[in-house]
Amino acid sequence: MTYTFPNKLRNLAFTFMAIGFMGLVYGFLIAPKTVEEAKAIVTASHGEGHGSSHDSDDSTAGSHASAETHEVETHTTPSHENTHDAAHDEHVFHQLSNKPWAALYVAAFFFFMISLGTLAFYAIQRAAQAGWSPVLFRVMEGITAYLLPGGIIVIVLLALSGMHLNHLFIWMDPEVVAHDKLIAGKTGFLNTPFFLLRAFFYLSGWTLYRYFSRKFSLAQDTADDISNHKKNFRISAAFLVFYIVTESIMSWDWIMSIDPHWFSTLFGWYVFASMFVSGITTIALITIYLKSKGYLEFVNDSHIHDLGKFMFGISVFWTYLWFSQFMLIWYSNIPEEVTYFITRIEDYNLPFFGMLVMNFIFPLLILMNSDYKRVNYFIVMAGIVIILGHYMDVFNMIMPSAVGDQWFIGAAEIGGFFFFFGLFIFIVFKELTKAPLLAKGDPYMGESERFHY
Amino acid sequence: MSNKVVHALYDDDDVLLSAVKTIRSEHYHIEEVYTPFPVHGLDKALGLEETRIAIMAFIYGCIGLCVAVAMMNFIMIEDWPQNIGGKPSFSYLENMPAFVPIMFEMTVFFAAHLMVITFYLRSKLWPFKEAENPNPLTTDDKFLVEIEIHDNQKELEKLLKKSGAIELSIIEKSE
Repeated sequence: MTYTFPNKLRNLAFTFMAIGFMGLVYGFLIAPKTVEEAKAIVTASHGEGHGSSHDSDDSTAGSHASAETHEVETHTTPSHENTHDAAHDEHVFHQLSNKPWAALYVAAFFFFMISLGTLAFYAIQRAAQAGWSPVLFRVMEGITAYLLPGGIIVIVLLALSGMHLNHLFIWMDPEVVAHDKLIAGKTGFLNTPFFLLRAFFYLSGWTLYRYFSRKFSLAQDTADDISNHKKNFRISAAFLVFYIVTESIMSWDWIMSIDPHWFSTLFGWYVFASMFVSGITTIALITIYLKSKGYLEFVNDSHIHDLGKFMFGISVFWTYLWFSQFMLIWYSNIPEEVTYFITRIEDYNLPFFGMLVMNFIFPLLILMNSDYKRVNYFIVMAGIVIILGHYMDVFNMIMPSAVGDQWFIGAAEIGGFFFFFGLFIFIVFKELTKAPLLAKGDPYMGESERFHY
Repeated sequence: MSNKVVHALYDDDDVLLSAVKTIRSEHYHIEEVYTPFPVHGLDKALGLEETRIAIMAFIYGCIGLCVAVAMMNFIMIEDWPQNIGGKPSFSYLENMPAFVPIMFEMTVFFAAHLMVITFYLRSKLWPFKEAENPNPLTTDDKFLVEIEIHDNQKELEKLLKKSGAIELSIIEKSE
């Protein structure tokens, strides 16, 4: 049965895009253009109690002196305000003018990451010759359709940073590099042309795999033999090798280099866990949505149950990596490493620990019971929390280095999320209409349809 | 009360599974099935109640977590506080990340060990207990179904033969 894109959903996607676009435009308009404007914004927000969202600021005022880096300067003490020096004003100005860019980048990367995580999951199913999942192949292929447009948007944003339209990546600024020995030592790797070349290389590799895999998958529907299936198996195995290397370097490039002094050796895995669980959750949510509309009649409770197991398992895996990264750095307390977490705990207390509740404790308790994983309601509830939790995860990875303590969830953040959410829905469901929802030529289709637990 | 039972031997798990379904659809009561390995789906075919050991595992895990918290709080905070890596042990909460591996391990330890012990107790197993399986072949490659006989030996034997049993034997149980 072929899927038709209902007008209601299409309009919903466009509405989200329109609202999101307006939010983004508003976010860019209210961003300060000059140092004076930035100063006025900061003074005003201090006057009204500095936002309800970051409650940690005031409570940690006493201890922040020991933990101060140039990025974690908190200005909660009133006497501070009069002694603002020009350099500091300049700094706050950069943070505030970065804010809409960072919000745009977080949302663009997050939805791109969902489709990349799904592509990895899809390749694993292909390479492992899994018997349970072929009924879900078309859903996965639909989600990975966002890979190319989403990736191009991310690369365009990176290129705009390279053209100095914003200061997301401070190592792109020759002025900064000239005064920073640590970054100067890294210019062999961290320089704009090579950076963009790498980004282009990753995206073309992933897109090529996606293109050919989809092509073979469609060809297999009408084929007499399983040669297309075999080709798909081979390119999937090769892709996985390519993917895990490029994904790792991509996470250093696109996220870790925003904070070029700081590094973590398991960062690639950490980002991978985040994109993997978001991708699997999206597969589950879209599958349940399509099923509720009467499509995918061949998908049964056991398939949802297995996706639920993956959501549960990878959530725990993500926590394991999050904690492995956090505990070692927290315990060793080495200044150049620990600033990363001090910024997050002091200035981002609620999102930082909130995402731990959303990404670990909530799915752990909700999805632990075997029976609950067969109830769509629980999967949807856990899924929405996991998706939002991993948006917060990306937010926590990018914002502290980009805007410091000047963050809040405002028009640009919500607008960015809405815009890319709408675009994602539009592209994914449009792709779903292009092929039958059952990849009927797959040699494992019989096994997958009979799959039961 | 009758204490005669029939022992039907099967040599394939798929045949066994379909035989169990046929026998139950004819409303015979299966006393017990002996298999050399766990047969997937047999518990459902036999209509056995779902296991409650998962609930116990959760409770045991929670107990383990509490024991770990109490233990680390006593050892590291109350009894002998030390300053490790510039982190003086004055508060459990502030030092908590250092205790997470212990909390995790104790949770797993309690859940795993108490679950095994519970399983043994519920299955009435203990060291030096004599094996209950009536035919040693069921520890090798044969499957045995035990059904009680109530003056219906003929039909039952016919049904079992038809369902694919390779051998039938009538046993007088001395209870």
